[in-house]
Amino acid sequence: MASRNNGETPVVSLRDIKKIYQMGDVEVRALRGVDIDIFAGEVVAIMGPSGSGKSTLMNIVGCLDVPSEGAYELDGQDVSRLKDDQLAAIRNHKIGFVFQSFNLLPRTTALANVELPLIYGGIGGRQRRQRAEDALRLVGLGDRLDHKPNELSGGQQQRVAIARALVNDPSMILADEPTGNLDTKTSVEIMELFQRLNEERGITIVFVTHNPETAEYCHRVVRVRDGLVESDERQTATAGIYAHGALHGAVNGHAPIAVKEKGV
Amino acid sequence: MKVIEAMRIALRALAANKLRSILTMLGIIIGVGAVIALMSIGRGVEKYVTDQFAGLGSNLLFIAPGQISEGPPTLRANPVKSLTLADMNAVGDRSLAPHVSAVAADFQTRATVERNGKSVSVQASATTPSYPLVRSWKTTTGSYFSQLDSDERQRVVLLGADTYKDLFPNGDYPVDQTVQVNGMNFRVIGVMEGKGGGPGGNLDKSIFLPLTTAQDRLFKQKNPNGEYKISVIYASIDDADNIPLAQEEISQLMRERRGVQYLDQDDFSIISQNDLIAVFGDILGALTIFLGAIAAISLLVGGIGIMNIMLVSVTERTREIGLRKAVGAKRADVLIQFLIEAMALAAVGGIIGVTLGWGLARLVSTLFGEFQAVVGADAVITSLVVATAVGLFFGIFPAYRASRLNPIDALRYE
Repeated sequence: MASRNNGETPVVSLRDIKKIYQMGDVEVRALRGVDIDIFAGEVVAIMGPSGSGKSTLMNIVGCLDVPSEGAYELDGQDVSRLKDDQLAAIRNHKIGFVFQSFNLLPRTTALANVELPLIYGGIGGRQRRQRAEDALRLVGLGDRLDHKPNELSGGQQQRVAIARALVNDPSMILADEPTGNLDTKTSVEIMELFQRLNEERGITIVFVTHNPETAEYCHRVVRVRDGLVESDERQTATAGIYAHGALHGAVNGHAPIAVKEKGV
Repeated sequence: MKVIEAMRIALRALAANKLRSILTMLGIIIGVGAVIALMSIGRGVEKYVTDQFAGLGSNLLFIAPGQISEGPPTLRANPVKSLTLADMNAVGDRSLAPHVSAVAADFQTRATVERNGKSVSVQASATTPSYPLVRSWKTTTGSYFSQLDSDERQRVVLLGADTYKDLFPNGDYPVDQTVQVNGMNFRVIGVMEGKGGGPGGNLDKSIFLPLTTAQDRLFKQKNPNGEYKISVIYASIDDADNIPLAQEEISQLMRERRGVQYLDQDDFSIISQNDLIAVFGDILGALTIFLGAIAAISLLVGGIGIMNIMLVSVTERTREIGLRKAVGAKRADVLIQFLIEAMALAAVGGIIGVTLGWGLARLVSTLFGEFQAVVGADAVITSLVVATAVGLFFGIFPAYRASRLNPIDALRYE
């Protein structure tokens, strides 16, 4: 299913993934055999209407859940049959989550929020602080280390969340509607940040979204419907150029509409 | 390492909700506070009373007429056969009671003492010269009367510390001053050291005079044979280990002297300090059980309060738990975090309770002055350990619940 296969091991390799929920007497087949490969450095959007199995797929890709059937290899390691605590360790080391509602700990500084995955990774002391600071600088919040979430704007909060996702140097960032709670201008800034992280650091990013504007920043769009992959299309690199245009537009104050027209 | 992290997280969570944390701790605070306060006061009283008993004289046996347990003597058909000086001499005879090292007799009655028109009612102790030795009681001024004074029936008197203050409010030197005891002139020869109140009344509000003088000239209490009546015989025992043996010796001797028939009960009592302390100990033991019950109930209530709040907290922080799990927290991490939070609640409550109880005990001992509350390290440590254990126990269920939350559901929780 991989659109690019030059002998390289994919970061994410899903083979015939099925997920069946038992709701009383009714069997719900949320995923009915999904095959996807995602390679290092790709930016992929997983799209689909609600009820398509998109969320279930995200949970499995994010190692929050295991498939009923099929094989999932993350970084070459089979993770499809792991227990809760083993999944927690995988999430800690290999996946950085970014959520729609940021999910920062309230009353806790940006720095402490970013340190969280390192705490569970058993990294302590100066190293932990240093890495958290570096991650916050990377997302442009080097001067907001000691600010608490309620002292930060929505965009800044999401940057903290992105720093938290980056801090453990994961194989992949999994972002679930990352701009869903942000205004258009801030959304563009956040998407631009994701794009910069991908371009400068080669970070693999998977977006789960139903927002076509988010999808436009991606190399590849995987559409899911009724528990199956409906389409898997590569896009041209125009997203990057487009994004820069969008950012400038946004800064100049007449961005959103222009962006849409240009992009599509 | 992780436990330290969990402690920091827990303390931060508690600090974030100060009012609620304090209210939750209240049960533990009150329970621990009450126990510490009452225990400290109890200890203080115990120490005070024990000191008082010790002040009676070491290795001392009291021999008194009648059985203490039989009720007031006046209610009985046969009047109690009183003790006499001859009884004291027999008890003091080493060939009859080899473990008795010294004896003293004491006849106690009320008397009025006057000086310069100032009159006080005191307890008069008419004693043998050996009295201060047996009671290990010193004089602060002058000295106790001698055998010679006693033999000559001298009209000499010693004053208790409070009696001296009452009669000599200016602190005049009392020796060779004259006071009137029941209207009769007596020469003051000394003042006894202050002992404070004790079992049987305030010994400082008393006077001491020779038994011979008192019974021949003042009170004239003699039995039909003309022997001096006495209220109590004090017997010093040579060694604390020999007290039961001495008790037996004296009992045999007294039964013989007083003609008590075989199988009849003693018509006198031999009481050791240990007997007195044991009675007091029984009272204290009952008090301790009562305190323990209060502590157990309040800690139970406090524990349930903690469980309640922890369950609320787990529900409120479902998303936080979901996030922690998403970024790599294992079940044990979440479990430990919430357990430590519950334990911290209880432990901090315990510390506040100890402080509060200690303050209360100090306040009480300042207000009543007579004794000093004793806050024992064992009581403090025990209450803190028990409080923390209560937190741990009642934290298990909420923490377990938190640790089992599914991260997907938890992240979606509104």
